[in-house]
Amino acid sequence: MDLLSQLRGQIADFSAFLHREGFVDDQFTQLQKLRDESSPGFVVEVVSLFFEDCEKLVNNMAKALEQQIVDFKQVDSHVHQLKGSSSSIGAARIHNVCIAFKTCCEDQNRDGCVRCLQQVNHECIQLKNNLQTLFKLEQQIIAAGGSIPAMQ
Amino acid sequence: MTLKMQQSYHHSVAVKVNEQQVGTKRGYTFIQANRTWLPKVLLLWVMAMALLSLTIYNGMDADNRVRRKEVLGSMCDQRARILQDQFSVSVNHVHALAILVSTFHYYKSPSAIDQETFAEYTARTAFERPLLSGVAYARRVIDSERQEFERQHGWTIKTMEREPSAIRDEYAPVIFSQETVSYIESLDMMSGEEDRENILRARATGKAVLTRPFRLLGSHHLGVVLTFPVYKSKLPPSPTAAQRIEATAGYLGGAFDIESLVENLLGQLAGNQAILVNVYDITNSSDLLIMYGHQNLDGDLSLLHESKLDFGDPFRKHLMICRYHEKAPASWAALTTAFLFFVIGLLVGYILYGAAIHIVRVEDGFHEMQELKFRAEAADVTKSQFLATVSHEIRTPMNGILGMLALLLDTDLSSTQRDYAQTAQVCGKALIALINEVLDREKIEAGKLELEAVPFDIRSILDDVLSLFSEKSRNKGIELAVFVSDKVPEIVVGDPGRFRQIITNLVGNSVKFTDRGHIFIKVHLYENAKAMTDTKVNTCLNGGSNESVLTSGSQKFKTLSGCETADDQNSWDVFRHFSDEDFRSDASINVTTNNEASEDVGLMVCVEDTGIGIPLKAQGRVFMPFVQADSSTSRHYGGTGIGLSISKCLVELMGGQIDFISRPDVGSTFSFTAVFGTCKKNVFNNMEKRNAEALPSGFRGLKALVVDGNPVRATVTRYHLKRLGILAEVVSSLKLAAGSCGKNGSLTSGGKIQPDIILVEKDSWISGEDSVSSVWQLDLKQNGHTFKLPKMILLATNITDSEFDKAKGAGFSDTVIMKPLRARMVAACLQQVLSMGKKRSQGKGMPNGSSFLQSLLCGKRILVVDDNRVNRRVAAGALKKFGADVECAESGKAALKLLQLPHIYDACFMDIQMPEMDGYVFKSCFMILDFNCSVIYWLYFLDR
Repeated sequence: MDLLSQLRGQIADFSAFLHREGFVDDQFTQLQKLRDESSPGFVVEVVSLFFEDCEKLVNNMAKALEQQIVDFKQVDSHVHQLKGSSSSIGAARIHNVCIAFKTCCEDQNRDGCVRCLQQVNHECIQLKNNLQTLFKLEQQIIAAGGSIPAMQ
Repeated sequence: MTLKMQQSYHHSVAVKVNEQQVGTKRGYTFIQANRTWLPKVLLLWVMAMALLSLTIYNGMDADNRVRRKEVLGSMCDQRARILQDQFSVSVNHVHALAILVSTFHYYKSPSAIDQETFAEYTARTAFERPLLSGVAYARRVIDSERQEFERQHGWTIKTMEREPSAIRDEYAPVIFSQETVSYIESLDMMSGEEDRENILRARATGKAVLTRPFRLLGSHHLGVVLTFPVYKSKLPPSPTAAQRIEATAGYLGGAFDIESLVENLLGQLAGNQAILVNVYDITNSSDLLIMYGHQNLDGDLSLLHESKLDFGDPFRKHLMICRYHEKAPASWAALTTAFLFFVIGLLVGYILYGAAIHIVRVEDGFHEMQELKFRAEAADVTKSQFLATVSHEIRTPMNGILGMLALLLDTDLSSTQRDYAQTAQVCGKALIALINEVLDREKIEAGKLELEAVPFDIRSILDDVLSLFSEKSRNKGIELAVFVSDKVPEIVVGDPGRFRQIITNLVGNSVKFTDRGHIFIKVHLYENAKAMTDTKVNTCLNGGSNESVLTSGSQKFKTLSGCETADDQNSWDVFRHFSDEDFRSDASINVTTNNEASEDVGLMVCVEDTGIGIPLKAQGRVFMPFVQADSSTSRHYGGTGIGLSISKCLVELMGGQIDFISRPDVGSTFSFTAVFGTCKKNVFNNMEKRNAEALPSGFRGLKALVVDGNPVRATVTRYHLKRLGILAEVVSSLKLAAGSCGKNGSLTSGGKIQPDIILVEKDSWISGEDSVSSVWQLDLKQNGHTFKLPKMILLATNITDSEFDKAKGAGFSDTVIMKPLRARMVAACLQQVLSMGKKRSQGKGMPNGSSFLQSLLCGKRILVVDDNRVNRRVAAGALKKFGADVECAESGKAALKLLQLPHIYDACFMDIQMPEMDGYVFKSCFMILDFNCSVIYWLYFLDR
């Protein structure tokens, strides 16, 4: 019991940290609420889907930006996708960077785009690490026989 | 749209022009191409034939001439030889005479010969010299001896002119002469020029010599004179000319009257009249002297033959020339042959010419026909295009009308107005359906329809179709059921939309034409179906047929509803084979599906009804477009008659065949085969997952008891339960069911099933006595004290309120499942029943405290459309949370496909901004399709 409460405390702290730092927003909490007994792996599934997409899109955008003549329309559509999915899972920081990215695309600003892309990549890696930590904590709780606490 | 039309118009025109060009260019044969040359060729041919026949004539004529020449040659030679022989005989005799004279006149002294003797002798030997008119002997008299000689003989030497001879060196007066030439006695032979020359030559050579031909004295015939020298002393061997002259004593001469002689000679020979003979002396080759024959040449001059004559005088040369008396007659054989050949050639040429002309005409006709055909085809294409375009163009305003009508119906209307508007809407929908069908047909005819190849679940499609017609069938009181053999793979690859269209069409027809009985859809593997039918036929042949049994006085058939069906072969016997095998060999199914992982699978789908059937005379044209069985049919039942023809086209596109068996007033059974692909393993798994989502898996392991007297119907029920993972046992009556349950109850774990659910067919329930069921109830209650009571469920096609109440009273308080059975519906009912009794143990249940949310969207089917899969997943999760059945589509196109009529969705959520087809475009497309589905824009994360 002691371990469980300790873990719960950790997870609450960590969640609060993520919210505070702007990694995730309310949408993520909503997402977590969608998890129930019938689909315990829902959040993990969605998040891993997101990172798969994310990786693919970042790669595509990097490739597109390397070209001599950059197809900004294509990049823009990629950014649009990323923006949509990031707001879907509540990845606030990535969402914000995407907004800036989109502006760069509209201005056809290549350097801005490259910078934004780096930022996106950076944010993705950070978020991935953080969420992995969060999921690990959750798994520990389950392993310890507890249930994941509902988010506030 | 107009642009498109123009393009297509241009295209069609271009095609037409092309075709025409091709038509004029190709197909011309050699003859056709050179038609202007034909008369010239004919003329050339005739000329060639004439030339050829001329050559033939000449060839044959030349043969004739050669033969004629040969004949002439041989005749001429023969004559020449005879003449020569005769001549030489005479010459020899004269020679002998010369020797006689020399012997008896000079060697004898006194001379033994005088004129008298000589004349006598020569006259008597004249037959020896037929060619000589006469012979005479002239003595050589030198001028010095003339006096003596004249005195001795008593006459003077005279010249040829019968005058006393002038003085010369020597004389040759004739002293002996044959009587025939006695007139030359005393004439000096040397006074005649020819004779003199002859004498000189004769005495020099010692041989017989001849003069050139001249007119003989006395006869005035042409003749030659032969002269022999007579020597008075014996000559030395090989004497010189001088010695000979010295020894000469006289000369013996004879005159050949050649003209008459030759005449006599030739008269003796055959063919005398045919040829003319001339004999010439050619000693002087520049001046031919004629000896015999006419000087002026007549007769056939074209052909001559010359034969040499040797009369024994080497100095004189003679020649015989023969020629035909008449010109060569024309050769009739050659002429006829040549002429016939020419005529035949002419005829052949004319026949060929006629044939060529005929070919040209036929080809002209052919080309004309071809052009007409092209034109007709082009017209047909244009017609189709026009029809398609017009249909398409009609559809757009029609959608507007329908939309407005839908809106109108939503407003506050009086009942009459509502009725009018609804009628208009119904009519509009019918029109749209018709136009869609026409478009479909045109599309198929134009070969533009391409089938998709996507994996889909046949069973769920069939369930969907069933749900479409469930209300109609329920209203009509017909049993509607579906059965899919377990051998049929879960997922097949094909065009689900088109498959659904075929099934919908067939079932729609069946529903339309059936007022009692049942409609039964069966799907089997084609190979199995065939094998089973064969065995069935065999058993029939063996006399083991038992297609109907008599029960309680009325004939009852072993079919779904007990009504007779058109196709006996689809009856229970065969059906039992399938179902038994299906249920027996669960293990083998997986094996077969694995084996045929990448192969095609042929399915046989039967739609059996007990409707009015198709009249026999109309059965032949059922699949023809726009033809209905009977013109009264359309009045009674409506419809355009295009559906079956489309179905036929679609089935053929799927690589199958459609056929039917129908008996009027008994029913029809339409069956078709179609070839589908089977899935690869991984896809299969994916689909299974999705399928598992679609069909709740919470019932796996449950046991059910089906109470049904009709084995076919029971099998269908069992099939649906099996799909939900429920093990089902069939008993034929309530009594038996009670018995088995009772036993179970007492034996607890006797290996027999303890049913969680009991499904009772309404017929069985009604036919079984109420008392029985209550007894059974009681029985169960007594025995089952330690068990949960099995849930009682009534299966009914249609049920009246009173019946319903009665059922409730009889213990079917749990629920009534209305047919047609569908796995999903059964699942929903079971869920309801089971969750009422016991605590929810499966994931599909409600979460704590959110029962309201759960019920909010419970059972609703919602389509989520978004190109972003994360978004899609989140939205699906959220909606599922509220109890909805969610399906996802990743593009507007895919969504449109899913939403094709008839679709199953209650709502559609979609992203407003997507590539290819965004929400707005989607909406306009969607409006065309259907109005019943409320479109809710998914403005979920729209940028603000």
